[in-house]
Amino acid sequence: MFVLIVGAGRVGAAVARRALAEGHEVSVLDEDPLSHERLDEITGRGWEDAGGRFTVGTALEVDALEAAGIEEADVFIASTDGDNTNLTVAQIAQRRYGVKKVVCRVMDPARAAWYAEQGLHTISPTQHAIEMFARALDLAA
Amino acid sequence: MYVIVAGAGKVGWNLARELVDKGHEVTLLEVDRRRYLVVEEELEHAVQYGDATELWVLERAGIQRADLVIAVTGDDEDNMLVCQVAKEKYLCDRVIARVNNPRNLQHFKLLGIQPVVSATDLILRLIEHEVPRYGLVHLLALEEERLEIIELEVFPKAPADGRRVADVHLPEGSLIISVLRDGKGFVPTGETVIEAGDEILLVLDPGLEDAITPFFSPNGQR
Repeated sequence: MFVLIVGAGRVGAAVARRALAEGHEVSVLDEDPLSHERLDEITGRGWEDAGGRFTVGTALEVDALEAAGIEEADVFIASTDGDNTNLTVAQIAQRRYGVKKVVCRVMDPARAAWYAEQGLHTISPTQHAIEMFARALDLAA
Repeated sequence: MYVIVAGAGKVGWNLARELVDKGHEVTLLEVDRRRYLVVEEELEHAVQYGDATELWVLERAGIQRADLVIAVTGDDEDNMLVCQVAKEKYLCDRVIARVNNPRNLQHFKLLGIQPVVSATDLILRLIEHEVPRYGLVHLLALEEERLEIIELEVFPKAPADGRRVADVHLPEGSLIISVLRDGKGFVPTGETVIEAGDEILLVLDPGLEDAITPFFSPNGQR
């Protein structure tokens, strides 16, 4: 599978590494060249040497998305640090490029829930944290 | 009319003030605390502190009863999200979005957000209008109605040069509505003779530009 990951912070980079280790084709897009170093670090032998692709660019720029290979992507992951960026770019991947599997990170549980109702696969780390805290404290829902 | 304006930058603040002056009820939303405090000194309760892309902030502002939501932050993603949520979640009939980067225009369209206003785009069009050597200028595009108005300069030796309007057989779906000559505009009849140097205003179905320009360019070039 060809996996395109937009936003290579801690989460994006770790998912990228795992996908690559599983034998998938992985391309990463991030506006900060520093995130490339994080990828190098996480793979231990250089991101490109490990077989990964990297493009410097902004998530919303069509040119950058296409350079990163969105047209061939089977999976699209939006994991930048901006909820609204992730939500818009995920919809672009879904509607404009017809990427089959689109997953996006949304910190705000309210936005994550509503967009999930609209058919977007959202993951809200905040919601998960809330539930884990509640479980740790034995709180009722 | 009840209007919610997202973003109290220069555009949002001035817009809110004008709307209040016109007698509308306005809530302006600003996420930056310091900016909010500055604006609040003038607009008082008409401005609220909060991130307009947070649903509870929009609900606190009363988005359920808003007649119009205007998103004019400096961030295109935020403007898209506010408008999309206003339309689809809160069923607000009318939204207006500011586009900061004209290249994002396509994304607003993809998400069904209309109308949009792009200052960069407007200034570009004005430049084209002021610099006639561009030949063709888009003056107005009504996308929903599928109608455009363009301006064209008539070059010497163009097929239309020296012809009566009735004898210029333009493609179906286009019509000459005005002629600008020597700084004055008039509505032509079929008898009006087109001259080189005239500027012609046409109304047309979108996409006919390429078929129309050869009538007015030298030797019918495209």
